[in-house]
Amino acid sequence: MQWRKGLLDMSGPTASVALLAQQLKVSLAGRPVLHGLDISIAAGQWTSIVGPNGAGKSTVLKALAGLLPSAGYVALLGQPLHSLPARTRALHMAWLGQNESTGDDLRVWDVAMLGRLPHQSWLGATSPADHAAVEQALRATQAWDWRERALGQLSAGERQRVLLARALAVQAQVLLMDEPLANLDPPHQADWLELVRALVKQGRTVVSVLHEISMALHADTMVVMAQGRIAHHGPCADAQTHRAVEQVFDQRLAIHALAGQWVALPSNI
Amino acid sequence: MNTPALRLAVVLLLLSAALTLLGVCVGSAGFEDLLGPLLQRQADAEQSALAAQIVWDIRLPRTLGAWTAGALLGLAGAVAQGLFRNPLADPYLLGSASGAALGVALALLAMGGAAGMLGGMMMSAGNTFSVYSGSLLVRLGLTGAAFVGAMLAVLLTLVLSRGVQHTLRLLLAGVVVGVVLGAATQLVLLFSPESLQAMQSFMLGSTAFADWAACGLMGVVWLLGVAIAWALGRVLDGLSLGETTARSLGMPVASIRMALVGVLAIATGTAVAQTGLIAFVGLAAPHLVRSVVRTGYRWLIVLASLMGAVLLMAADVLARWLIAPQELPVGVVTAVLGGAYLLWLMRRNAVAQGAA
Repeated sequence: MQWRKGLLDMSGPTASVALLAQQLKVSLAGRPVLHGLDISIAAGQWTSIVGPNGAGKSTVLKALAGLLPSAGYVALLGQPLHSLPARTRALHMAWLGQNESTGDDLRVWDVAMLGRLPHQSWLGATSPADHAAVEQALRATQAWDWRERALGQLSAGERQRVLLARALAVQAQVLLMDEPLANLDPPHQADWLELVRALVKQGRTVVSVLHEISMALHADTMVVMAQGRIAHHGPCADAQTHRAVEQVFDQRLAIHALAGQWVALPSNI
Repeated sequence: MNTPALRLAVVLLLLSAALTLLGVCVGSAGFEDLLGPLLQRQADAEQSALAAQIVWDIRLPRTLGAWTAGALLGLAGAVAQGLFRNPLADPYLLGSASGAALGVALALLAMGGAAGMLGGMMMSAGNTFSVYSGSLLVRLGLTGAAFVGAMLAVLLTLVLSRGVQHTLRLLLAGVVVGVVLGAATQLVLLFSPESLQAMQSFMLGSTAFADWAACGLMGVVWLLGVAIAWALGRVLDGLSLGETTARSLGMPVASIRMALVGVLAIATGTAVAQTGLIAFVGLAAPHLVRSVVRTGYRWLIVLASLMGAVLLMAADVLARWLIAPQELPVGVVTAVLGGAYLLWLMRRNAVAQGAA
């Protein structure tokens, strides 16, 4: 098939950087939201983006995904994003958005199968590889048992797991997730953590926007944002990163070590 | 394979067959056993010939016309609701209804008194046959005017909304076009009060004008529309997860939307041109399907088509039967039946939710 020619060459020096942005600028409704960001997301790592409300976290993620009109340069796995066919981009970069779903009538199986669209022609039948990918994704998010149910019959947390399976089913090299923990209870947040670690172990790149700083601190690298700019970009275990987080939140939280993990707690208690 | 969807499709096809038989037998004298004389070779030759003529020239094309028009409206309704991700969307919302009405009003104005026959046709179904052949020219003119009016109105909506990128803008432009063209239609009618009656029969909808050519045309458009919609069905599924998700999957959202607007406009325009403004079928058919099976857009579009066809066919039979030899406008029947059923569904769902 023609689009297969568009597969990106994963070898070579570009492989160490999954996503690269230079002078990235985005305006929403005429108001500048991102003021010329430079960012480089390492391949095979989990990067989390944190910052106060309105810092531009989701906007950065969308711009990196090529889902927003933006100025500046973005490269995916070494290729300029704007010159990639939409389908090639979709094959290599999966996206999980924030609660925009309304597809109540769709069966869980069909929702996950939508993740295989970049691999299929519109009319073509689904291949055994598609079925295997969908089953694997639904099992990974523990949504397999509901595969015959409609999305509208699930709770918000269950639905989120199905949408996560949809993004996993793409089997893309790079996975971007905006608030993936929304509506998940603590055990399933832990499951998500394990899933992301497994993906990274396979060499995938994960970028997530997270509100819960304690969860975000489990990542390899952290991008700290404030007012449309990057305040800091460094390892999650680094004290400098912790100070940057505390600073963008006006010192209203403090990061502590607790039982071998980093935990963010409100600083005024 | 989606078994519940397949089951519903079979049920709807069986209902279609049963309603075709019933539709052939119901006429100005209520239920008539026309099939008997048609099938018995020994029967009176003259009676048999008359029965054959009534069945082949009038009732069968009319019944199948109701089926195809209903199928087109059901298809358009499902596409509209998927395209706008709005359960209240109906086939007429891009201004096609008001455009078609204005086209008909202008044609009536141009044709003057000759078109008055159209109105007479509605009132006396008994002598439909004699009026039928005489009104052929007029009817062709009105059909063409309705189709052109519907298409121009949709184009105007697209120009005003500057394309299909923003569905809300598209909806609002459709509303504006509907209101303005509706006012223009009223203005035209003000200057030609003699066309009011004919106009009214168009506004209420009727399957009485469907002949074999109309059936063929609507059938071809329906098949094409279903084929395109089936091909784009999974993309509609993707769109129902949100536009950003759809684009992240590499879908060319804008061009797909354009194709779907095209299907919507042509399906609606064709149905409206042949049968007038039949209310509610396009809105209700997808909801009725959803109340029975939950399925993706591929099956929803096919099933909504079949549901619309059955709905309009049943309404047509009732419209001819209830007050025979007089005949009710079929649009009134669809509105009353469809509205009542939808209300019942709402109540049932409310009760079910209350119990849960």
